[in-house]
Formats: sequence, structure tokens, C-alpha cells
Amino acid sequence: MALKIKDLRIYYQTLRGDVKAVDGISFQVKDGEIMGLAGESGCGKSTLSNALILLKPPMKYISGEVFLNDKKLPIDNYEAMRANRFRGVSIIPQYAMNALNPIRKLKQIISDLLEHHGESFVKMRDMIEERLKLVELDEKVLDLYPIELSGGMNQRMVMVISTLLNPSLLLADEITSALDVSSQKAVSKMIVEFRDRKIVRSVIFVTHDISILYQVADSIMIMYTGKQVERAPTETIVKNPLHPYTKLLISSLPEVGIKYSQAPLKGIPGRPPELLNPPEGCRFKDRCPVASEKCDEEPPLVEIEPGHQVACWKVGAIDD
Amino acid sequence: MGKYLKRKIIIYLLTFFFAVTIDWVIPRFMPGDPIRTLLSRAAMRTEAMDLLYNYYNKVFSLDLPLWKQYVNFWVSLFKGDLGTSVYLFPSPVFEVIKRAVPYDILLLVPAILLSWIAGNKFGAFAARKKRLDNTILPIWYVITATPYMWLGILLAWVFGVVLGIFPISGAYSFSMSPSLSWEFIWDYLKHWILPFGSLFIVQLGGWAIGMRNMIIYELESEYSRYMEAMGAPAKLIRKYAFRNAVLPQITGLALQLGVIVAGALATEVVFSYPGIGYLLLQGILNGDYFLIQGCFLFIILGVLIANFFIDIIYVIVDPRVRRGMSGETA
Amino acid sequence: MKFRKSEILFFALRNTKLRIGVFIVALFAFLAIFGPYFAKYEPQDFAGPGYNPPSGEYWLGTTTFGRDVFSQFVYGLRSTFLVGFVGGSIATFIGLFVGFLSGYKGGLADELLMMFTNIVLVIPTMALLIILAAYLKYRGVFLESVFIGFTAWPWTARAVRSQTLSLKTREFVNLARITGMKPLKIIVVEILPNMLSYVFMVFILQFGGAILTAATLDFIGLGPTQGISLGLMMQQAVLWNAIQLGMWWWAVPPGIAITAIVGAMYFMNTGLDEVFNPKLREM
Repeated sequence: MALKIKDLRIYYQTLRGDVKAVDGISFQVKDGEIMGLAGESGCGKSTLSNALILLKPPMKYISGEVFLNDKKLPIDNYEAMRANRFRGVSIIPQYAMNALNPIRKLKQIISDLLEHHGESFVKMRDMIEERLKLVELDEKVLDLYPIELSGGMNQRMVMVISTLLNPSLLLADEITSALDVSSQKAVSKMIVEFRDRKIVRSVIFVTHDISILYQVADSIMIMYTGKQVERAPTETIVKNPLHPYTKLLISSLPEVGIKYSQAPLKGIPGRPPELLNPPEGCRFKDRCPVASEKCDEEPPLVEIEPGHQVACWKVGAIDD
Repeated sequence: MGKYLKRKIIIYLLTFFFAVTIDWVIPRFMPGDPIRTLLSRAAMRTEAMDLLYNYYNKVFSLDLPLWKQYVNFWVSLFKGDLGTSVYLFPSPVFEVIKRAVPYDILLLVPAILLSWIAGNKFGAFAARKKRLDNTILPIWYVITATPYMWLGILLAWVFGVVLGIFPISGAYSFSMSPSLSWEFIWDYLKHWILPFGSLFIVQLGGWAIGMRNMIIYELESEYSRYMEAMGAPAKLIRKYAFRNAVLPQITGLALQLGVIVAGALATEVVFSYPGIGYLLLQGILNGDYFLIQGCFLFIILGVLIANFFIDIIYVIVDPRVRRGMSGETA
Repeated sequence: MKFRKSEILFFALRNTKLRIGVFIVALFAFLAIFGPYFAKYEPQDFAGPGYNPPSGEYWLGTTTFGRDVFSQFVYGLRSTFLVGFVGGSIATFIGLFVGFLSGYKGGLADELLMMFTNIVLVIPTMALLIILAAYLKYRGVFLESVFIGFTAWPWTARAVRSQTLSLKTREFVNLARITGMKPLKIIVVEILPNMLSYVFMVFILQFGGAILTAATLDFIGLGPTQGISLGLMMQQAVLWNAIQLGMWWWAVPPGIAITAIVGAMYFMNTGLDEVFNPKLREM
């Protein structure tokens, strides 16, 4: 098992109190698996992925354990985590287009980053050039400054840099959000390619756009206000979703392959509850078309069939 | 890169043109007869008065058409003719200023460069720890709010009068004459240290605050965050942030030159240091218009040249400008 | 909006930097306003024997010529606040006007305005005043403030310009433009309110800057020919060898006042920055 997370809780500290962005999440990612992590903005998916590599204030670790390749990952220890970053867990951040210092040459940036993990740019140069071809970049870019590259090129450069040390887990955080449809496809394919070539062992592909996941992910986990609501293989989530939220999410997709806006979903009336003081019980109940009194109790995550978990009291009832 | 420097040079030439024109316009368009005004304000002996009256008449040549006066003004300027000093009659203003300039350069250049370097280092260092930052920031603010001449007064009083360690007047002792002997250099340095100190300390505060604000901003930037996520050590991240933060500080240096020069003039007055500032005060106190005018032009010229040097350095260190990308505009 | 206002007030009241800054400025403002009523002499009067150290009769001692330093000090403080207010206001206003216009209009207007801004930026304020001062027989504190205001605006114009450029592209400004609002009205109605906190901070910095500039000008002999100011006091002290004679009570107090006021202004500015920008608030 590449990644195993048990009851992880990560809160945000604000002056008005703790925001429960990740509130008791447990899941596993297999070797060679690309797991899609989807949900509306503010559901905690980005917090979850960022906490796995760089947990720092205002993020606060509350509880839970993370195992990478069966070894405990010290995500709550900033210093101990340093050795695990890049090689163990790596990230293509949401802001990848601005992730490189504009006034340093790319080869300088790469060589500085590698040096502190005991690697050398010169020795790895051949491999770097090979990887650049993989993302359709010319090796000449190494002698350029990030400002001389387009946003898309910078993002692909970051994809190469982040995966140079063949990380066990790659976090891809909203990497398709700022791109047009054809670039979205190309970038998604590159991630799959990275996995197929065993450059990365497993991937968590964070996005608000399920249609992208349909092309990339082996399985999909849906989050809602800090909780996981459903996890299943991609086919199952798209063809046979069980949780009312997932159902609405999927049905609000006009057509697979077309992007929808990041704003609160049009198809689902109401807005997600405040994460400062989330309501007792199921957090979706106020917007749920099938909610009942039972939903004032928190629904447990139940395994309906192997690899398919749902957190909803109504799963049996509405599955007709 | 060519475009950037070309723009700058145009601005500098325009500025110089503008300054010289002001210099020419003001005496001619002020109410009253400029020559009378000048003579009435000049404090001097009567025998020099007649001489000066004839001289002023010749220089101003108010009977010529205006455009001709203006052209003549430029011509004599390019010949290095800035007129004759009243205060040091009959020395040409150009000679008087030429004697003062080396003292200014030897005082200002080290003070500006060293305080800039030290301020950046201190500022970046203090920004590392919140507690250090909170205790040291108020000190920077007090330092940068200090008027140059007042710090000069304080230093002169403490080190010159109370402790009696350093001389507080002139650039060297009366008994000496400038030469390249060790004795003279030692004496020169003893006179130099207090004016240098007041210039250095006041500027230091400003640079430290500037660097602190810049580097905090850079350390919160996305590229810093990415490096952090890639497990880069804090030292490397700070090194990167420092380089980025220094660029606006270079621009800041250009912007601050005017203020620094004014401060330097005031400091020279405190220590009766024989640079342009001291000359200027004498010019003002004695109503010596040509001397004032000459100082004005030299100061502008100095600031422009310094600005130009800073621009060249900026082009060298910022790849955005070097590679013709949009960087710092104007 | 109501919530935002009370929130800002809440942070403003508990921000230590801001509180210290306001307290110091208020203290000196109090002295400037009421001090002259307590002063027993006119600033230029011969109050008594010279070279007197501070005493019950002469609170801050007397000058070489027997003028009362305390009287000069409190009247000088008045000039200082006047210069800060008038000079700071003018500089802020011109800077805002040029910056807004340049950033909002763009194109040729922007080019020309910025060219002009850069020229004024390079010419030191004091250099301009040198030439003027040589010809103006009488100069008052007010005139000096106006000169300072007219030369201190360029950095504000540049900063405001870049702020305007970023605000210009926002949704609400576009909306206003589509509905046919006049540029000036858009600037006043849409852009200015969004920059109000920034404008206020600029004014504080300009206020402090004007005070420092005036002190320097006075000191090198370009200050007012009538009246008294803190810079003039320092100039007199140095000219009459107060340092060599150990008359610290003459040379030191004016500088303390300037440093304290200007430092407090900078302090207020940082404090306000923290109040207005939630990111900088200490948790």
C-alpha cells in the first residue's frame, strides 16, 4: 500500500476559531493508483493534500496517522518531514505557474533543489532532458529564466522538477484549473504517463472537475465540508454513485469532458455549511433532497462492496 | 535592455535641461532687477562692489534678446564657466566647487554603499525571527526618523565635546595641508569618521526597514513555498528571497539619492566639512548667487550620474530588464 | 460592510504600534497647541542672561543671546506641525491626482505624466529650493510647506499609479465604465474608496517626510526668514557653537521632538498596515 491515512484531522487556526477543514479522513492509495480527490472549493481537498507535504501555520495538526510505504510519515513534525519531501511525497502545486523564482535560471533552481537531497544536476542531466521531452519541453529551457517561459511551460517545468526524485506519492493540486481544454488533456495524459513509466508510484489528483478525473483517475474520493462522502472506482462513481451529494454532483455535469465553473454548484441548491461550527450529524443534510431525522446523527463510512465506501444513512433506501 | 537604458538616458537629459533652464529662468523672471537684488544681498566690501556690478552686467547681458541670453548661458556652461564667486572673490565658482567635490565623494560614496549593504544584511537578518523583528523594528524606525544633522549634533557633542575623542570641525587640522602622508591620512580619517557615522547610521535604518518588508513579502511568495515543499533548507530559501528583495532596494537607492544628498549637505554644515553643503550654506549666508547656482548644478549632475550607474547595475542584476522583459518600468 | 468597519476599529484599538504612535504624536500636538500659552516669553525676545542651563525660570535654558529655548521650542513645534500638515496634504493630493490619472488614462497621458514625475523625482527638493531661496527675500513657514508639497509627491504618484493599474482591471470598475461614467467620477466613486486606507497611510508618510525635509532645509539656511522652527533652532545652535560650548539644551531638544514625531508617524503607518491588511496581523 503506497499511502494509508487514518482518521486525519487538520484544522485552520483563525481568530474566530478553528476551521475544521479536514475532519477525520481515512483512506488508502494503492501502488500504481491514481486517486482523484474531488469536491466543491472549500471542501478541504487542497488542505488535505497540502498537509501531506507541508503542514505549517495557520494549518494545525489535530490527530491521525499517515503511512507512506508502511512507514509512518511525520507530517506534524516540520523538520523531520524535510527528508521526506520531494523524494517521499512531492507536489505539483496549484500555483505551479508561479512556483519558480523568476530571476533564477532553471538549471540553477534545479541544481539547488537537488543538492540538498544529495543529488547532482550534472549527473542527472541526461535524465532531466529525457523527462523534459516527456512534457514536450526543449532542453534549452534549462538555460532560461522562468519569466521567459509561458505559464503553461512553467507548469510543465514544475511537473518535471517535482518528479525528479521519483516520489512515492505525487500530489497534483488543481493542475488543470487554469488551462484550456486541450492543455487539460495533455497535462492529464502526462500524469498518467508518469505513473505508467513508474516515475511516480501513486498520485492524488486533486480537482473540482470530475470530468477530468474520468480520464485520469483509477478511483475517486468525494469530499464535502471536511468529510469524505464516497469513495469508489471511477467507473462506479460516474455510472452508479450512491451518496446523494455525489449523485447531484455527477448529474450537474452537463456532459463528461466539459468543465463546469468552480462556483457553488448550480444543480445543488443552498451553500455548504460554515466549517467553523459545522452542524451535528450529516453535513449535507440541509441541502439533501432525501434528508430525514436520522441524518442528525453522523453517518459512518460503510463499505458497500469492495473498494466502494459511502457515508449516508439513506444509501439502501434511495438505491432503487 | 537597450530600450530601458535609452528611456532612462532621455529622462536624465531632460532633467538636466529642465534644471539648467530653471537656473536661468529664476533670476530673470523674478520681480525686480536681478543685479540689484544680488548686489543688495551680497555682503562685501565696497571696492569689490563696483567690480562686481560691471561683472554682473556683462554676465547677465540683459540688453540682449532673451533667446540669445539663453543660448549664451548654455555656451558658457559647456565652457565650464559658472561665474565668479562673491564669497571667495574673485575665484571662479567652478574652481571653488572643484576643490570641494573630492571631499563630498570620499564622504558620500562610502556612507551610501556601506549603509546600503549593511542595512540590507541587518534587515534580512532581523526578519528571520518574529521576536527579534519585534524588538529591533522600533529601533530602525527611530533611526530613520532622525534628522541627519541632529544625529551629527549628538555625535559631535558626545564624541567631540564630552568624550573629546574626535575633532568636530573641518576635514583636517588647521596645522596640516593636504598631502599623501600617513600623518595627513590619519588626521583626515579622524575628521571623517563622525560625519560618515551620522550619514551611515540614519540611512542604515531606512535600508533595514526596506529590506525587512521586502524579504517578508518574498518569503511568503509562491516560489518560496514551493521550495519549502520540496524540502529545501531555510538557508537556501532565504538566499533566494534575499536576491529578489534586493532588486527593489536598488531602485530605492536611486529614489533616495535626493534625500541622502540633502542630508549630506546638512551633515557637512554641522561639521564645517568643506564639501558642497558647506559651500552652499556660505553662498546662502553671503548672497553669493553664482556659487549657489553652481552648487545646484553640481548636485543635480552628481545625482544624475549616480542614477545612471545604478541603472546600469540594475540592468546587470535583473534578468527581466536584461532580457527585455517588462521589469521595473521607467 | 458594517462588520468590516467594526472589525477594523477593533484591530485599530488593540494594535500596540498604532497606539504608541498616536500617543506620541498627540503628546507633541498638545504641546504645540497649548505650549505657547505657557511660554513666558516670545521666541525672539531677550528673556534674560545668555548661556543659562534649564531652570525653574527658563525651562529649557536660554540661548547665547538670552532667548528662552522653551518658547522657541513650542512655537517651533507649531511650525513643524504646520509644515507636516500643509506639505503632506499637498504632496498627497498631487501624488494621488497624478498617479490616478496616469494609471487610469494610460497611453500618452501616462507616458508624459510619468516622464514628468521621474524628472521631479530626480531633482532633489532642496536643490529647487536653493535657487528659489536665493531670490525670495522673505519666506514664511507656509510658503516653505507649499514648496515641499510641490516637490515631494513623485513617489506617491508612482505608487498610486501601480495601485490604480491593478484596481482598474477589477470587475466593478469595468461595470462603471460600461455604464458610461466619466473617468474622474470613476476614480472618485469607485477607485478612491477602495484605496482609502492606502491614501491615509500615504498621507502619514508624507506628513513625516515633510517635517524631515523642512528641518533639513531650515538647517542649511533655506528655511523661513521670519518665525521660528525646530530646524532653525538647530541651525542657530550650530552656527553659534552650542555644541562646542556644551549647550546641549539648545541643540538637543529640537531634534528629539522631530525624531519622536516622525518616528511615531512611521510607527502609526506600520500599525495601520497591520490593521488594514489582515495577512500582517499577528495571530
